[in-house]
Amino acid sequence: MIERKRWTVGELTRYVRQLFETDYRLQDVEVEGEVSDIRMPGSGHAYFTLKDAEAQLRCVMWRSDVANQVYLPQQGDRVLVRGRMGVYDVQGQYQLYTQRIQPAGQGDLHAQFERLKAKLQAEGLFDADRKRPLPPLPRVIGVATSASTAALQDVLNVLRRRYPLAQIVLAPTVVQGDQAPPQIVAALNALNNQSDVEVILLVRGGGSLEDLWCFNDERVARAVENSRLPVISGVGHEIDFTLADFAADLRAPTPSAAAELVTPITAADLAGHIEALRQQLAGHLQQTVDSRRRVLQEAGYQLRQASPRGRIDNLRQRIDGLAGRVEQAARQQTALRRAALQGTRRALDAISPMKTLARGYAIVQGADGQVLRDADDAAPGSALHIRLYRGRLSATVDRQETDHD
Amino acid sequence: MTDESLTFEAALEELESIVSQLEAGDMTLDQTIQLFERGQELAARCETILSEAELRLETLQTSAGGTYSRISMTDETGDE
Repeated sequence: MIERKRWTVGELTRYVRQLFETDYRLQDVEVEGEVSDIRMPGSGHAYFTLKDAEAQLRCVMWRSDVANQVYLPQQGDRVLVRGRMGVYDVQGQYQLYTQRIQPAGQGDLHAQFERLKAKLQAEGLFDADRKRPLPPLPRVIGVATSASTAALQDVLNVLRRRYPLAQIVLAPTVVQGDQAPPQIVAALNALNNQSDVEVILLVRGGGSLEDLWCFNDERVARAVENSRLPVISGVGHEIDFTLADFAADLRAPTPSAAAELVTPITAADLAGHIEALRQQLAGHLQQTVDSRRRVLQEAGYQLRQASPRGRIDNLRQRIDGLAGRVEQAARQQTALRRAALQGTRRALDAISPMKTLARGYAIVQGADGQVLRDADDAAPGSALHIRLYRGRLSATVDRQETDHD
Repeated sequence: MTDESLTFEAALEELESIVSQLEAGDMTLDQTIQLFERGQELAARCETILSEAELRLETLQTSAGGTYSRISMTDETGDE
């Protein structure tokens, strides 16, 4: 019986590594593939996977080589890589130690994606005017994703923090592989059949291009576009764009972001709004009370204005004014009269009988005081009073001589 | 007091309508006080709902015949 050699894991791994290192063909290889799962941690080294339809190849590029690269590949890029094959003992993995990467045209999947995208775009599936408005305060939010995944937990955490008023209806579906497209379509239909659901989140956590591929399925894109309810997509990471994203009413870069976009108004915003309304209420009450108080003050002022005291004061003043005017008018009238009197006196003097009497005429009056002009008026024997220029005489009529014709 | 079954949306809507009524003016002092008190109740109702709100989660499950029923997630984990 031949003694079989017993290896330790380390020994066997080292042996395999030596096989790689002694095969000259593996020490300088060029390989074409699609970049997937590229990571560049703080160390500065780059780790990625090259893929094609059949296989995957782990690659590492040390920091010093990364520094020489003008072009840094992104997820999905079709590249031509040059390096040497080796084994990483610690993880028992063979990998390509990459010295140079250059673009090699676009990957097959990418070309397929672009063709389908162009077709759906031509049909108008992605048109801006087909995007529906989102409910500002959704009461029931549908979520189509895989149950018990980090993506779902992210969504629930964000919603719990931002908007715990909401009710979530989960439509579970696988979000990877061949079964995913029909299941996603079914989940969207199921949510659309719920009468109370107002908006749908279609989400999935990050993954490789292949992992996310179901969201580029034509059936999924069409189901998103045909959805009765508005759909917010949040698939993969910021850099991942899928056809479902283009067909959605709103594209979120991640599941968490989708949960934020579906709740534009948070519970904290609402609490602030209600506090503001409270203050407005109090303000209006205060305003009403103030305005009534002003009316009251105004009425009091007007009442005082209407008081008879003021009127009496006014009248008193008016009377004072009138009295002054009366006095002045009287003074004026007196002066006028005095002047008139002097005039009259002068006129009177001019026609006074005294002047006539001085010339020797006399005025004869009867007993009754009547001035006599006719002899008939004084019977013989009656008394006469005769007025001279100076003094008076009393006489008796002796005889009458009339001048009758 | 406000009705305990009043939803947040309904309470908020009524509260906003009260504030706009007050804004429009033309109220007697009595009416203003009445609206103010109602508004205070509604604001308190909204605040209660906000502070007590807890996210509810239900899962759609396919039943026989292709219809869906909803299972509350908390109930489900309680049963298992």
